[in-house]
Amino acid sequence: MFELSILWPALLNGLTTGAVYALIALGLTLIYGVLHIINFAHGAALMMALYGVYFLQRSFGLDPYVSLVVMVPAMFAAGYLAYRYVIGVASHGRDENILLVTLGVAIVLENLALFLFKSDTRTIDTAYTFTTVPIGPAMIALPKIVAFFGAAVTAGVLLVIMRTTDLGRAIRACAKERQGARLAGIDVEHVFAMSFGIGLACLGAAACFLLPAYYVNPMVGNGFVLIAFTIVVLGGMGSFAGALLGGLLIGVVESIGGLWLGESLGQIGIFLIFIAVLLFRPQGLFGVRA
Amino acid sequence: MALLPLFVTSGFVLNAVIMMLYTALLGLSWNILAGFGGQFSFGHAVFFGTGAYAAAVLQAKLGWNAWATLPAALALGAAVGAFIGALSFRYGLRGSYFALVTLAFAEVFRILANNVDFTGAGVGIMVRLNAGAGNFQFASKAGYLYVVLAFALAGLVVCWWLRNSRYGAWLQAVRDNEDSAKALGVNVFRIKLGAIALSGALMAAGGVFYAQYFQYIDPGLAYGPGVSIEALLAPIVGGLGTLWGPVLGAVLLQILGEGTRGLFENAPGVSLMVYGALLVLMVTLMPSGVLGVLRRRA
Repeated sequence: MFELSILWPALLNGLTTGAVYALIALGLTLIYGVLHIINFAHGAALMMALYGVYFLQRSFGLDPYVSLVVMVPAMFAAGYLAYRYVIGVASHGRDENILLVTLGVAIVLENLALFLFKSDTRTIDTAYTFTTVPIGPAMIALPKIVAFFGAAVTAGVLLVIMRTTDLGRAIRACAKERQGARLAGIDVEHVFAMSFGIGLACLGAAACFLLPAYYVNPMVGNGFVLIAFTIVVLGGMGSFAGALLGGLLIGVVESIGGLWLGESLGQIGIFLIFIAVLLFRPQGLFGVRA
Repeated sequence: MALLPLFVTSGFVLNAVIMMLYTALLGLSWNILAGFGGQFSFGHAVFFGTGAYAAAVLQAKLGWNAWATLPAALALGAAVGAFIGALSFRYGLRGSYFALVTLAFAEVFRILANNVDFTGAGVGIMVRLNAGAGNFQFASKAGYLYVVLAFALAGLVVCWWLRNSRYGAWLQAVRDNEDSAKALGVNVFRIKLGAIALSGALMAAGGVFYAQYFQYIDPGLAYGPGVSIEALLAPIVGGLGTLWGPVLGAVLLQILGEGTRGLFENAPGVSLMVYGALLVLMVTLMPSGVLGVLRRRA
């Protein structure tokens, strides 16, 4: 087995990456939990958000963490409008249609980015990009630590919204029983669009925390989207706590798998977990059977 | 269409017809599973890549004759289909879950192909140039046209059979209402398994054709999401679950593709962007495809 001196940094790195994964998965699980649709455009939306953060920094000199103030509302609005005017319209009440439409939206967004920004991989420089913080024997990049706590705070905010506000109650009502919610006077289409908006707003936050330590190119979302699906399935579709724990778990698996099998083959562990969970425990580790 | 090469010698026209037939072939394969069986796969590349790699590896590494690789590739495509189907359907995956699991399988295969030596890893595999009809390599494009035409016709025959046979009726019953089909004594598991194996074999034929026509294959081309999308686009545009839908869709896509290439020259991404937008528009405005709309008008 590995020595502790390699394993400990890998574990911490995995946890910090996993926190960002969790943030991406939180948006996905919210959308699934409420609308019962799988948003294939989730990765592409994250990619767009990353470009947003990139250009805010490049053009206006906005620090990625300051960009949160812009990106979270912007992504919320984009999600709300996308559901109201594209995805909701296209569904015709059939799940397969939504699968196909979100796939189409993903293709459009990715290739739009390819057309506008070319396939170059871009990174941003900040004063703290290469700052590291010692934690025990490990040196962890500062942006990753910020991302870890940022993800935790965002998840907390999301939980508060869901538990204490009228909107949260309406969302939970629609998730449980949409006909009943409609009869009780809830504007279900509005609540669906709000959920979609909040789901994408999580991506806006994730992009701000991710970019200082990561990069952006038109295909960057692909890498995240299957990971996010894996987390959502692992944690139980629609479960917030499941998404958080699943995200951390996947981050650690990826990090330690990479140490063991090499960067490229290490990813295979994630997909194998994904397939295994889908097959043997589709309700997830923490979910309940529907 | 078979007579076309007698009159047209333009490489451009022949190539366009070949690509159209090839798109129709992939679409027919996807249509078997999704259109007739109601199971939406987002990872059909897994069968395509298996066929393409079977042809390339058996030829380039083991020295098989090109035609001899065809039955092997079909069998492997069907076997991968049966394997994925056995796992997914045994555990009752439906709808989005099935789409996700196929997507994940395609990714697993892509990563494996990228990391294993006998597939040429990330570098890919070249099929050695060795012209001659006996080697599945033709001096003129007409030869390729006949081959892909034959494959596409085989696909049409399979779909025609699905429309007119007892097995096809069972499959469509499973699509329309799995629980009632089961209640009526249809062996749902076995029916779906047959459909995915059939679809996998036909998709593998597409992969074999690709490997021979372009004489090069790599993990991204073979197992990447591009092929999976290509396969589902034609039937959705043309008309899901119909006999001629995938063919009509392939014709329309080919015209559209040439059009956007003409308009935007070599701007990266534009043609795929148009395809994506088309997918959204079709599902929104014409969920039964062009054929469905034509039928309603008629």
